[in-house]
Amino acid sequence: MSFPFLSIIVFSPIVGALIITALPKEKHSAIKTVALVSAFISMLLSIYVFFGYDQAAGGMQFEEQMQWIPSLGISYHLGTDGISLPLLLLTGVIIFCGVLISWTQDDRPKEFFAFLLVLVAGVFGVFVSLDLFLLFVFYELAVLPMYLLIGGWGWPVTREYAAMKLTLYLLVGSVIALVGVIAIYFEAGIGTFDIMRLAEVGFDTGFQYAFFLPIFVGFAVLAGLWPFHTWSPDGHVAAPTAVSMLHAGVLMKMGAYGALRVGMFILPVGAQKWLPWIVVLTVVNVVYGSMVAFAQKDFKYVIGYSSVSHMGYVAMGLTTMTVVGISGASLQMFSHGIMTGLFFAVVGLIYRQTHTRQIPELGGLARKMPFVAVAFIIGGMASMGMPGLSGFVAEFQVLAGTWQTYPVIAAISLIGIVITAAYIMKVSYKVFFGPLKAEHEGISAASVIEKFVLFIMAALLIVVGLYPSILLNVINTGVVPLVMRLR
Amino acid sequence: MTLSQILALLAPELVLVMAGLVVLGLDLVWREEKKKEWLPYVALAGLVGALAAMVALWGQEAVLFGGIFTADVFALLFKVIAVVSTGLVVLSAIEFMRGRTPYRGEFYSLLIFATLGICFIASSTDLIMIYLTIELLSITSYILTGYSREDPKSNEAAIKYFLYGAVASAAMLYGMSLLYGATGSTNLSQIAIALGQADASLQGIILPAVIFLLAGFGFKIGAVPFHQWAPDAYEGAPTPVTAFLSVGPKAAGFIVLVRVFFVALPSFQPERIILISVISAITMTLGNLVAIWQKNIKRMLAYSSIAQAGYILLGMAVTSNLGMTSMVFYLMTYLFANLGAFIIIIIFSNGGGGDSVEDYAGLSQRSPGLALAMLLFLLSLAGIPPLAGFIGKFYLFTAIMEDGLLWLMVVAVLNSVISLYYYLEVVRQMYILPPKVEEPVPAASRALSGALIMAMIGVLLLGLYPTPLIELIEAAARAFLSG
Repeated sequence: MSFPFLSIIVFSPIVGALIITALPKEKHSAIKTVALVSAFISMLLSIYVFFGYDQAAGGMQFEEQMQWIPSLGISYHLGTDGISLPLLLLTGVIIFCGVLISWTQDDRPKEFFAFLLVLVAGVFGVFVSLDLFLLFVFYELAVLPMYLLIGGWGWPVTREYAAMKLTLYLLVGSVIALVGVIAIYFEAGIGTFDIMRLAEVGFDTGFQYAFFLPIFVGFAVLAGLWPFHTWSPDGHVAAPTAVSMLHAGVLMKMGAYGALRVGMFILPVGAQKWLPWIVVLTVVNVVYGSMVAFAQKDFKYVIGYSSVSHMGYVAMGLTTMTVVGISGASLQMFSHGIMTGLFFAVVGLIYRQTHTRQIPELGGLARKMPFVAVAFIIGGMASMGMPGLSGFVAEFQVLAGTWQTYPVIAAISLIGIVITAAYIMKVSYKVFFGPLKAEHEGISAASVIEKFVLFIMAALLIVVGLYPSILLNVINTGVVPLVMRLR
Repeated sequence: MTLSQILALLAPELVLVMAGLVVLGLDLVWREEKKKEWLPYVALAGLVGALAAMVALWGQEAVLFGGIFTADVFALLFKVIAVVSTGLVVLSAIEFMRGRTPYRGEFYSLLIFATLGICFIASSTDLIMIYLTIELLSITSYILTGYSREDPKSNEAAIKYFLYGAVASAAMLYGMSLLYGATGSTNLSQIAIALGQADASLQGIILPAVIFLLAGFGFKIGAVPFHQWAPDAYEGAPTPVTAFLSVGPKAAGFIVLVRVFFVALPSFQPERIILISVISAITMTLGNLVAIWQKNIKRMLAYSSIAQAGYILLGMAVTSNLGMTSMVFYLMTYLFANLGAFIIIIIFSNGGGGDSVEDYAGLSQRSPGLALAMLLFLLSLAGIPPLAGFIGKFYLFTAIMEDGLLWLMVVAVLNSVISLYYYLEVVRQMYILPPKVEEPVPAASRALSGALIMAMIGVLLLGLYPTPLIELIEAAARAFLSG
């Protein structure tokens, strides 16, 4: 067996969490160092795997397989392809940045970092699982620490409500999908939960019609699909910065990924039947999400609803069932992950300095935090879909794909782009420009670590924007075979 | 069959009888309190001996005493559950009972006799034997429930438990008499043969008979609508007894159900599936919904274990080997998780803590280890991976899906979300709310820590590497269903 890269990516955070559990709780810097090192190992290996992937060969690579519960045909089967690779890379970057941005976390850091690492292990695990059972194990492994992190370290005003709401929504979604998954197992009749083998079974049309919907929607709850999105802004806002970054940055992608990998990959006929209807929901996401974002007074809620809106593009791209649309959706997942991570980092920094997130109470911060302002504006331009940044390539592709399949929907979703531009400009202006409030005279600029984090993320947005094929070539190796199945 | 062969097959039960008597005798002989400290360990030695005897008997099958006692691997599985759970209960009771009662010898010997009752139930294949052994278990349980004589709650619990139990027994006995009247036999296999030959008019008696029998068995399991005793008994009984009641007697109820339905009433299968799936759906839904409102943690776990009984019943709502396997496996995962939770409650109350859920506020800051252990047990009960309860539930859900009971599966999965709500309430207290007192919970005794560690290992091992146990249960279930 070759070197188990993927296992190490998944288990490095778990090992880190175990070591942290064993450390005395007063040793804050030791705890943080362990967290950083384990996150760094995962990030480094995910970069290695990304560039080590053989694009010419395509398909699943870096596979590992071991029997786990043979009586039900469950195995520990990992692998990665063009669809999961960018997400792996994204998760690596976000957790590394997330640990760095939490460097000032001095409230019970031991539990905080242990839970954070378990969460991210679950996320990595979902992206590399090739066994449906294993995928569920990792999925729920990621959800539960979220509850504890938001509830324990979040914004005191809404954290308990938001944490419980999030957990229940996500678990309802996951158990609905689970019903579909077990149905797939029996319908296939080959006694395995292996995704690749189940994908080869041609399920009959009636079955696909019946079970595609619960599986897709079950996962789409996590992706923030309207009208199941309300947990998401509440969760984002209540969560501490690093958790918001992970939450919007990668956790929501787990939902889209699950809908794609389990729903569309295994039940393509069902996808053809239902996706033309689901696209209507996605356009609501885009337009309604951006409108609500525009109306918010709380800086963090703006970002929270902008996530709902941007995840709408991801879902919309998936529903097009074209190469250009789905690869756009994949790229959008990466782009949005980095962009939202950046936004939440900025909001967190500002809140720590000013103790407010109310937009009317902020202003002129560019004078005090020029670096932060520039980073936010780069993220904002990516969010608006400005050429030269990653968001442009992604959203352009999604819209191009949608135009081919559902021209009316594409036209409606343009409204979303306009409103997005409006609220991004409004927020940037009100927070960073105009007169500085007197009570904010004393605030200081971001620290070196924080600038480093913002730099990494802003740079990634620019690099992917200028040279999208670095991701798109890989993504297409995964999307092209998928789209072949959908025809 | 020679006497020595018969005695060998009865070895686990014989060891338990001896152990119970020895504990009782030593309690009489040993005058000094110092020596009496050893009584629980004597009891423990007896349980370990019984466990060893079970392992030695593994794979042997025989029917004894004209068909009233069946020694098979399937029964052994339940006996192992009984003995292991009682072992953990004994370990957790030592410190708890020390200050609370002067009559400690009888306590441990009653526990052993109750366990003996469960072991006999597991092997009973005759209605009279079933009745007698259930009574052995019930009567010992009533006494144990009322063991804190000074505590009015404990007294109330015992009397409620007793009254409900007496009515349930009477109903069960009536059901048995109906079956006997219809078939002329009390032997389960004979009943099946007689019913197979009987004309159609006699079939009408099966349903009333089954309903009356269910009153008795459902009482032991804690299935709705025979569950009302559970919350009061669980809350009032000394906590180690509550822990015992929540596992052993339930297991006993399940194996009797299996034997009666699968051996005596195979022709009743279509009706059984409907009946059991409805009871299961109602039991888990009611248990979970009512648990949400509980403020007392023992009472909450009482409703939770009602709900858990509903899940376990899922395994009986199907026809397959998979159903049987998943049921027994789930019982095992439930054993460790539920006892683990009770062990934490015992440690907590030994340290002066109350039984209200709110008393657990900030436990993660006072005693992080205890809080983490409690988190694992509760999440296992809720069925969150990678813990044992998840594999158990997944197996059960798979089993009902195999038979196409989609509606039941939907009810079950939604129930597990509801259950998470109240398990998370405890987690919220422990991890999110600030502590009311800063001091850590006093360290647990060695015996208690030992029990805690065993339960943790159970919850983690059965979650991460369940295969050996599943294969063992599968083989036993296959042998039972074909034999």
